[in-house]
Amino acid sequence: MKHKTFFWFILPTFLAMFFFITLPIISVTIQSLHTPHENVLVTVENCDPFGCKKATSINHEATQNLKKNNPLGKYVGLDIYFDRGHLAIEQVKNLWSKTNNFFEFLKLTADLPFYKALFFTLTFTFTVTPIMLVLGLLIALGVNSFNQKLKGLIIFFSLLPMIVTPLIGSIILFWMIDSRGIVGNFLQILFEDPGLSLKASTFLTWIMLIVYGVWHAIPFSFIVFYAGLQTLPKDQIESAQIDGANTFQQTIHIIIPHIMPLITFVTLMQLMDNFRVFEPIVGFNAEAHATSLSWIIFNDLGGETRQLSAAATSSILTIFGIIILLLPVLIKTWKEFEFKK
Amino acid sequence: MIFNFNKITKNNPFTAITIYFLIFLWVFVAAFPFIWTFWGSFKVELDFFSISNWTNAITGKNTEQTYGSPFTFIGYHGAWVQEEFWKAFINTSLVCFFVVITSLTIGTLGAYALSRSNFKYTFWLLIMALIFRAMPPITLVAGYLPPFFEWNLWGTLPTTIIVLVSINQPFTLWMLHSFFQNIPKELDESAKVDGCSQYQAFGHVIVPVMWPGIITTGLFSFLLAYNDFAVTSMLLSDENRTMIPKIAAFLGTTYTEGNVMFAVAAVVSATVPLFILIMFFQTKLVSGLTQGAVKG
Repeated sequence: MKHKTFFWFILPTFLAMFFFITLPIISVTIQSLHTPHENVLVTVENCDPFGCKKATSINHEATQNLKKNNPLGKYVGLDIYFDRGHLAIEQVKNLWSKTNNFFEFLKLTADLPFYKALFFTLTFTFTVTPIMLVLGLLIALGVNSFNQKLKGLIIFFSLLPMIVTPLIGSIILFWMIDSRGIVGNFLQILFEDPGLSLKASTFLTWIMLIVYGVWHAIPFSFIVFYAGLQTLPKDQIESAQIDGANTFQQTIHIIIPHIMPLITFVTLMQLMDNFRVFEPIVGFNAEAHATSLSWIIFNDLGGETRQLSAAATSSILTIFGIIILLLPVLIKTWKEFEFKK
Repeated sequence: MIFNFNKITKNNPFTAITIYFLIFLWVFVAAFPFIWTFWGSFKVELDFFSISNWTNAITGKNTEQTYGSPFTFIGYHGAWVQEEFWKAFINTSLVCFFVVITSLTIGTLGAYALSRSNFKYTFWLLIMALIFRAMPPITLVAGYLPPFFEWNLWGTLPTTIIVLVSINQPFTLWMLHSFFQNIPKELDESAKVDGCSQYQAFGHVIVPVMWPGIITTGLFSFLLAYNDFAVTSMLLSDENRTMIPKIAAFLGTTYTEGNVMFAVAAVVSATVPLFILIMFFQTKLVSGLTQGAVKG
């Protein structure tokens, strides 16, 4: 395809991505380096027959002028990155010198808002991803042995947790695990503890969110692995059976190597999707016990105050996080490209 | 059947039972919450959240006492009429319709170009799209707000539609790109030999054979627009809210007013279109999910 033809074909999508992805990233970066102007204050002394009083008021004209001349706000460099709401350099240093062992240090660091969100996001990402891979593969192997009609039905119901809006899915589960809901009720009977509430403890809240994450993600790995199983090398399986390999051995030595590219693909997609975990925290009303990176951005953006600088800084840190997470894949793609050349 | 578990399970009944139990458990876990909530949405709150006896949620004892029948539409009436959920439904329909149409139009053009060009910039464009795809969309919102407020664009449906189209482009491009890769380049070449320009080859020869791929990609564009919560709730004003942000807003207000059933009815209402979607497009959805994987 000629350069000129290529240009006209790609132009609309390029413009859309340029104006609504690239420019916003630049804008977010700039915002994260600036803080809004403070109001210009003036102190006036008002004297009346009973004496003089000093009053402080906002000089609106001066404030307006300042905002007009410098709409981005005051340049503060990396100050916002290092403040208490983000990397909290000072607090972390303090904790490092005060605490006796690493575990205690981690525990206290986890109270800082950014680290609290980071720890949950990482825990969520690195527990949900392996669990969904294993369970998805097991279900795919199992479903493969059913007849065609049943398979369709199983796939239909299996798609539900993934296709249904994450916020709706988490709200539905939240109502069920409510102490008056059926699962909550059942657990109370099971553990003979009528006061049991999954919402009250941090540990149980995390478990609940991870269970939701796995529930939501299993269909994806199941469907992809199931498709992969349809292309298994028949002769290899047969010769392995003749050689007396049992089910487990066949799975480990033939099936898993065969679908390895699919496992890599699902892992990659899941790392990306789990790292942005957000909706279940809102749906489960869990922000007291668990926050994620996306959640703190959302929280700063919303409400009356709209702290754009704080949200922008968290956004940049999140983007850094995702780049670090995907770095191995990006390097691999780059090497393959170089190799092809 | 290529890989036959039956052969194995015949010799090993324990494995067989484990497999059947696992599948049964998964289907139950996947489907039960939806069935339960659907059934419960026709009950009163005392039955849906049953303190005294959980079987009330099935029989609707309190519902029968209040309304004379174990089923009531009071939750649906409250949500759709009183809380004006129909407005949110119309907004969602508009957003989804225009997002799908626009995404597919500009995405098909772009992906076709990417799949038919071998220059180095093609590779870099695809890599950029992959990085953009990996970024959580919420990280961009801080960049949207100042200009949108400045130019009075904030809160309207068209703004949100354009934003959703743009943030979904990386995904749309990758998916359509892999579908285009499956269409042999010889098809374009022969059309061009017959005297078509590149544009005519695209319009008359490629698009007609691409329809299955376009429909599959359209389904996923629809889901991305329909399911989005973070971006739409940040960009839409209260009166322009789509269903998902509206449901989130419901949770705050209804809990205090004791109208949980409005929220339950709204949640069920928003699930129904997705249910129908899976029913009609199950195979398309499955092929879409595996498409990216097959291509690597």
